[in-house]
Amino acid sequence: MNTFFWLLKREYWEHRGGFLWAPVVTGGIFLILNLMAIITAEVLSARHGVRIGGNDIQMMMRHADAGDMAQVGAAADVAMISSMGMIGIVMGIVVLFYCLGSLYDDRRDRSVLFWKSLPISNTSTVLSKVVSAAVVAPVIAVVVSIICGLLQLFMFAIVLSFHGINVWQLLTLSHPLRAVGSLLSNVPLYALWALPAIGWLMLCSSGARSKPILWALAVPVVLGLLVTWFGIMGLFNLPTAWFWTNVVQRVLLSVFPGSNLVFDKHGFTDMSGMDDNNPLMYLSPAHTYGLLASPNLWMGVLAGALLIGGAIWFRRVRDDS
Amino acid sequence: MNAVVTANGLTKAYKNSLALNDVSFRIESGRIVGLIGPNGAGKTTALKAILGLTDFKGELNVLGFDPRSQRDQLMEQVCFIADVAVLPRWIRVREAIDFVANVHPRFNRAKCEAFLARTKLTPNQRVKQMSKGMIVQLHLALVMAIDARLLVLDEPTLGLDILYRKQFYQSLLEDYFDENKTIIVTTHQVEEIEHILTDLMFIRDGKIVLDTDMDTVGERFAEVLVGADKAAAARSMKPLDERQVFGKSIFLFDGADRATLESMGEVRRPTVSDLFVATMKGTYA
Repeated sequence: MNTFFWLLKREYWEHRGGFLWAPVVTGGIFLILNLMAIITAEVLSARHGVRIGGNDIQMMMRHADAGDMAQVGAAADVAMISSMGMIGIVMGIVVLFYCLGSLYDDRRDRSVLFWKSLPISNTSTVLSKVVSAAVVAPVIAVVVSIICGLLQLFMFAIVLSFHGINVWQLLTLSHPLRAVGSLLSNVPLYALWALPAIGWLMLCSSGARSKPILWALAVPVVLGLLVTWFGIMGLFNLPTAWFWTNVVQRVLLSVFPGSNLVFDKHGFTDMSGMDDNNPLMYLSPAHTYGLLASPNLWMGVLAGALLIGGAIWFRRVRDDS
Repeated sequence: MNAVVTANGLTKAYKNSLALNDVSFRIESGRIVGLIGPNGAGKTTALKAILGLTDFKGELNVLGFDPRSQRDQLMEQVCFIADVAVLPRWIRVREAIDFVANVHPRFNRAKCEAFLARTKLTPNQRVKQMSKGMIVQLHLALVMAIDARLLVLDEPTLGLDILYRKQFYQSLLEDYFDENKTIIVTTHQVEEIEHILTDLMFIRDGKIVLDTDMDTVGERFAEVLVGADKAAAARSMKPLDERQVFGKSIFLFDGADRATLESMGEVRRPTVSDLFVATMKGTYA
């Protein structure tokens, strides 16, 4: 167990730039953009003499009913989780390239000979990289976006307080704890969903003698074209699009958080009847964990496990260094 | 004495060549073995087989383990420096020590730090900021702090200047080697390791062509400096090699009668490099 912890630490040391700094910088840019938007709005409103703040807003708040208040809270919640969108995309890119390089880069620079001179099994090496991609990177990204969200909320609160709105009242209307919980609850789900992509990318990384990215892209795309051309899916009474959605996209794009909402139709089924005043619903376990009932998820997990097994086998037999 | 490595009928074929051709040998504990051969003779393949880094046919036993199937246990007892500069470029000195200290059960941190204290390396330095010589110093410090029974060195000093090379072998002898350890080393700089070797193995085209200890080398092989008058007589004794120096001939004999040789001229022990050149004649022809 201790060894495994140090293997994870090694991955973090090597990829600190992607795992930590990429989300931090993205979050920073996100906050700066928001700050600039706020300043622009303030300047514009001041120049045109539009008084959106001051006593008017205070008055609005006094006259607001419970529904309006809920909407204010919802806006604050959205502010809280919105940075996850940008950070999530960046993290997806980081994980994609991390997986592609994870079992290839050290073969290319021959440092694999150093790693293999230590008493570490190929299985733990590969699994430590899987866990880094499926758990470590997303946890860091979520933590960064939570901090970013809190800063964002804080920023809005300060700005509004210049206009005479009680900061505490605004904060009590939002649900920061629930937002944090919802974001964190999505990490295990992400790990399961991303497994086929992580497995496929790492298999290419482990097996390719050169250019793993070409293998990773070319094999599924060429297969997809063949399937389309010969109408093979017809044999299973499935449309050709099924292959593209459930195989090609799954092995390449599942590393992007939230891709389950886009690709898995199951995720959309009970979205109607959602409370508009409660945007956190979309991320709450009660909603997202419906995915656990989807065969798409579990077939992916199974495929991912097989692909990772293949990556371990390649790790053992490739001796081109 | 117990054998550290026993190989029987070791064979490894690549697509269109035999890297190892039915090789058998035995390496005892407490030896320093020089595995010497021309480029492409199969040295690295033999080492990779011992380290479980490649598949092969035949039997191979390293410290009681089969390197193919029991690699993880084996690597606790075996250390390995492959050519130079295989340490990952991103790693810092501090990180490398921390990592090895925590994954290797036989690593002695104090020993490693004591060794590094004698170098210019600093804890925060990254491998990519180091010269080749410094990288080898770091690697050697890591390896010497591991209480392993077998150390495998594949061209460890390639591309280093003479100061680093001398220091490398001196450290190995003074601070590392003892009767419980075994070292297998391949190198092209034969002259530099000749005096530290206890055993010598020549490999050529996937075959072991000489496997002997250094004492036997002195008994078996002799070099005679012969004047022109006796050159014909010497030549009739089928020398391994002949070369000319200052109008005299130097003959290299394998197992010739010592008294006869002494009657022909000055007899001396051949250097390993002369022996090597004589044995490998025509390799690239």
